[in-house]
Amino acid sequence: MVPTNYYLILSAILFGLGVLAFVFKRNIITLFMAIELMLNAVNLAFVAFSQALGKPDGEVFVLFVIVVAAAEAAVGLGIIILTARNRRSLNVEHVDLLKL
Amino acid sequence: MISGVLVIFFVLAGLAVLGAVSLILQSHPIHSALSLILVMVSLAGLYLLMGAEFIAAVQIIVYGGAVMVLFIFVIMLLNAGVEERTNFSKMATFGGVPLALALGCIIAVAIARSSGRLPAPAADGAMSSTRGLSNLLFSEFVYPFELTSFLILVAILGAIVLAQREN
Repeated sequence: MVPTNYYLILSAILFGLGVLAFVFKRNIITLFMAIELMLNAVNLAFVAFSQALGKPDGEVFVLFVIVVAAAEAAVGLGIIILTARNRRSLNVEHVDLLKL
Repeated sequence: MISGVLVIFFVLAGLAVLGAVSLILQSHPIHSALSLILVMVSLAGLYLLMGAEFIAAVQIIVYGGAVMVLFIFVIMLLNAGVEERTNFSKMATFGGVPLALALGCIIAVAIARSSGRLPAPAADGAMSSTRGLSNLLFSEFVYPFELTSFLILVAILGAIVLAQREN
């Protein structure tokens, strides 16, 4: 049996790597993928706690997170297409319309 | 003595971390997307290992299937090439990296301190999860469940409105 702590540590590592990817990448699509990676890390922690407590509540939460992530991907990729059409670039440094 | 379950866990965890590192190191978005698929498939394997079969199936179908196909579709549609490198601001180097490390330390300390208080995990396959999951989803969580259909409807409308051409 794998201890719950191992899953939590893996989840923390994946979340940290997602944060790093979000900070260091410059392509807007890759930034979006970093967000998906962080959501996946949180899902892993939810399922680990659900298994540790022997209740399926955590898995219901994972289901909701997946629904929200799918909706977010649909809307977010629409925004990305719009940005790429207007700015002719996928680099986030060039999306600075609101910058002073 | 290392049990077979632990070996499977370490293989899948290693694949997941490898995929996440590769997501950062690849400079082409399509390679990053393929790395993310590796992460998602190994996470689905971990869910199976924990006895959450339904979540594993949903992970493969929705994340590995639908969402990542959408990502790759957009990458190809926009003809995204190799990412251009830009100079990092001083703020990112001297503010962002230490703060990211601090976040990692806080999470690590929290996990280390909680290790004694966590209940022992249930035995393998003790939790028949799909039945319990559906019972819970359609009784206690039925109101949020209905709300998600509204959320998806709004997302569909939003995506259509955003992506259509003007005129």
